[in-house]
Amino acid sequence: MATVDQVDRSLAPPSGTRYLRHSIATRVCHWINVVCIVVLLGTGLNIFNAHPALYWGQFGADADDAKRWLEIGATDDAAGQPQGMVKVGDISVRTTGLLGLSKSADGTSQAIGFPSWATIPSWRDLATGRRWHFFFAWLFILNGLVYLIAAGFSGHLRKDILPKLRELSPSSVWHDLVEHLKLKFPRGEDAKRYHPLQKIAYGGTVCVLLPLMVLTGLSMSPGFNAAAGGLLPQLFGGRASARSIHFITTNLVVLFVAVHVLMVLLAGPYNQIRSMITGRFDTGTER
Amino acid sequence: MAILTRRNLLAGGAIGGGLLLSGCDKLASSDGFNHFLGRAEGATYGWQRLVGRQALAQEFAPSDISPVFKANGSKDPDDADYRRHVTQGFAQWQLKIDGLVDRPLSLSLADIRRLPARTQITRHDCVEGWSAIGKWHGPQLGPLLKAAGLKPSARYIVFHCADNYGGEISKGGAQSTGRYYESVDLLDAFHPQTILAHMMNDAPLSVAHGAPLRLRVERQLGYKQAKYLMRIEAVDSFAGMELGKGGYWEDRGYEWYAGI
Repeated sequence: MATVDQVDRSLAPPSGTRYLRHSIATRVCHWINVVCIVVLLGTGLNIFNAHPALYWGQFGADADDAKRWLEIGATDDAAGQPQGMVKVGDISVRTTGLLGLSKSADGTSQAIGFPSWATIPSWRDLATGRRWHFFFAWLFILNGLVYLIAAGFSGHLRKDILPKLRELSPSSVWHDLVEHLKLKFPRGEDAKRYHPLQKIAYGGTVCVLLPLMVLTGLSMSPGFNAAAGGLLPQLFGGRASARSIHFITTNLVVLFVAVHVLMVLLAGPYNQIRSMITGRFDTGTER
Repeated sequence: MAILTRRNLLAGGAIGGGLLLSGCDKLASSDGFNHFLGRAEGATYGWQRLVGRQALAQEFAPSDISPVFKANGSKDPDDADYRRHVTQGFAQWQLKIDGLVDRPLSLSLADIRRLPARTQITRHDCVEGWSAIGKWHGPQLGPLLKAAGLKPSARYIVFHCADNYGGEISKGGAQSTGRYYESVDLLDAFHPQTILAHMMNDAPLSVAHGAPLRLRVERQLGYKQAKYLMRIEAVDSFAGMELGKGGYWEDRGYEWYAGI
């Protein structure tokens, strides 16, 4: 366990350009995490659809207009036609077809927060959504703990993932940003380490976003709130606020996944995906 | 030569995404798979009982109370007997406490109002996602159960309600009577914040919120807070009751332990 979790530079075959980039712990945890995040996202959107509104504060329900900051729904327009609407604060945006009003799996139009293609299951089903959400939340937490312990003890987190202070300097981040915008990806020996933006994205997701998902999720559990002496929802300003932050953090995780997948596609998908399956990364290819 | 081109990956991703979602739908319709995933409820129940056995739910200040406390579920039961009780101001209404007890009790609303009571301002978390803070007042359930004398075989306390919530077909398609009921374990039944509330926000409980008496079991979600209480029954198992899952919403796929 101690040695496998490092980006081991010594294992590169002498005559080739392949080396063991990802430990078995990283790889197994990564793919379990993929399954968990997909299911947690789909079921989470189904759960959200049961009350597609968000509030700031200790509580929030239908009559609490002053606390509501986001609402997804359907209202009739001037012609009496139902339209999907997203309301953020005082701003309303028509989102018919995507949010508030969309086609169900059988093609009929339905008033629903997130559309059927984005939810698990595809139909409105709070009971099933919750059942799945909590099973995969357990798996997600246990998997995350295994990863953090393995990556922490092996030094992988400190050496490879978390950015050094000097890497966070404006010039270093700016330089890396320009390289990304030019779609110039590190090749050869330079590709063996993560660069500032990559470290910020990975470190921020692993150490901030994902733990925040767990904590804000637990803040919605009345049983856990009691066990935690009320500490948890208060940390986020109350239960309704915790639910809002859970939703916002979800959006940031989706953003991370989108950029992550895009970068894999741009940087050489064959090599990148293979290295996350077999562990072997080839520094001599652009595929 | 390269199977994993970017274009193939994108196309594969799209097809994979479609298969994934339809696969999830298949699994979501499978009783066996859902039953397996339901094991997480046991983990949650065990974990929360381990770390917070006697923990109290957070209580709030009067200034935190929701201006409007949303009423949900049954708001005006059309049961004939219940309607009669409403018109009579619950003068003839009796709460029965029976089942696996040594001394079955039958209490009038006046009896219940005379009992020592607890007042608590707590947050009500609906399974749908909204929440509201309200002030509840009524006798603790524990002393009432002690007065009735639970038999050693009693393991759960079941709450039978006056409202027929009707319609919604259970998971699996079986139909129960639709009568609302709920159940808790003995730990929650004897928890100090578990009360039978006859007052809400300093006024007698309204019909919309469960008059004359509703359960408050503060470490669980809203659907456990059974309204329109008629009878409290101590049982060793609720397997033979309605569809056997221990509550109206439980029979429709929701967790029996609603601490999450």
